[in-house]
Amino acid sequence: MAETKQIVMPGDLLDPSLGKPRNGAYKCGENQFCSSYFGIVQVSDQFVDVVPFSGPYYPRRGDKVIGKVIEVGPSMWIVDINSPYSTLLHMNDTPWRTQSGDIKKYLGPGDYVYAKVMSLNEIKESWITLKDVGLRKLEGGHITSVPAPKVPRIIGKGGSMVNMIKDATETRIVVGQNGLIWIDGTPDNVMIAIKAVKMVEKEAHTTGLTDRIQNYLKELKGE
Amino acid sequence: MGTASDIKLIDENGLRIDGRSPTELRPIKIETDVLDRADGSAFIEWGGNKILVAVYGPREAYPKHTQDIEKAIIKARYNMAAFSVDERKRPGPDRRSIEISKVISEALSNAVMVEQFPRAQIDVFIEVLQADAGTRIAGLTAASVALASAGIPMRDLVVGCAAGKVDGQIVLDLGKEEDNFGEADLPMGILAKSGKVVLMQMDGDLSAEEFDKATELILDAVKRINEIQREALAGKFVSLALERGGE
Repeated sequence: MAETKQIVMPGDLLDPSLGKPRNGAYKCGENQFCSSYFGIVQVSDQFVDVVPFSGPYYPRRGDKVIGKVIEVGPSMWIVDINSPYSTLLHMNDTPWRTQSGDIKKYLGPGDYVYAKVMSLNEIKESWITLKDVGLRKLEGGHITSVPAPKVPRIIGKGGSMVNMIKDATETRIVVGQNGLIWIDGTPDNVMIAIKAVKMVEKEAHTTGLTDRIQNYLKELKGE
Repeated sequence: MGTASDIKLIDENGLRIDGRSPTELRPIKIETDVLDRADGSAFIEWGGNKILVAVYGPREAYPKHTQDIEKAIIKARYNMAAFSVDERKRPGPDRRSIEISKVISEALSNAVMVEQFPRAQIDVFIEVLQADAGTRIAGLTAASVALASAGIPMRDLVVGCAAGKVDGQIVLDLGKEEDNFGEADLPMGILAKSGKVVLMQMDGDLSAEEFDKATELILDAVKRINEIQREALAGKFVSLALERGGE
């Protein structure tokens, strides 16, 4: 029979023999840890994580995310990064020579940026920056989204999954840690890539996914 | 409780008006992810009750003065549809539904890890489409399933269940007639694993012994209801994984 990953519910006791509990677990007694999510148990090295099936994105320092500009202030943009809290992008954290008051000509409401989370504080206010290699305004292309906990599966081991989709569909893809995905290419190819991404999302908790996606891509392209 | 009457609610064989034994629950069915736009959702059928629950958030709390700098606030909204009861209910919040919204919000706040989301709010919409006694506990049961499916961190699942006194006897999970013509009704919300009580209300009178008996019945039923919740949550994922298991 096929091997399935262990599904846990909030409050379920985690098996202490698997390893040290890390993410998605809380202390629920003397030397006991319970799951705080409805998700799957993932064992890596000496740690045990509970990965939820869905849920919002929580910013962490250093994460590269895709955000949508929702408001322009005199010196800041307010950016929605698919998280419970919106984030701020200050004009000094961009590669452009901006001047207070006319920052609207660089980024307007509705534009997408690929940015890095620069800092965040105890009450979950966060700031992002565009000053790093590869960070930019995303022009053209399509945006699709998956729940943030599924992003590692979309990327695959060492980027294997996303590279396979890129090569098969001849598209450019940028995956943000927050679950937003930017895809650029010919309309047909973009549609195929979106379908493949949605398939990964739906079956993220099963094993042997890469091979199945490869076949699925061939099928979609009519090979 | 409602008006006194001479209806016999328990027959000579000890069976109730709908043929259940005193410790039997009405049939319960829960379905998850029934709404696409919601972050999490559930639909519950509990006897004649039909209740739809949608969860949105966590998201920044507005109006801003409602924000709590240390934790998230849970805003549950219990609402009965105009067509949910025999005689048309005047739409909109009334004293009863405001009270139920409050107690459900407080019950859920004890299960959700609210301290992880400062300044945020979590909206829980509980829409009663068809009412048949015990809507608050059915709504609570479905709400905790919807929260779990929305991926919100929780300490435990909340299970709602009621017991009461009918014709001088303590029975589990009151039906409509038993609720209207019985002597007492005791709805409770319980954390499934730890057994902690997060909601308790009582209508009518129970002696201390009767109260203990009713609590015992509820605690026993909680295990059964929790099993239904778990199946509802896991069902879809397990079947897909078995089908696609791979190597």
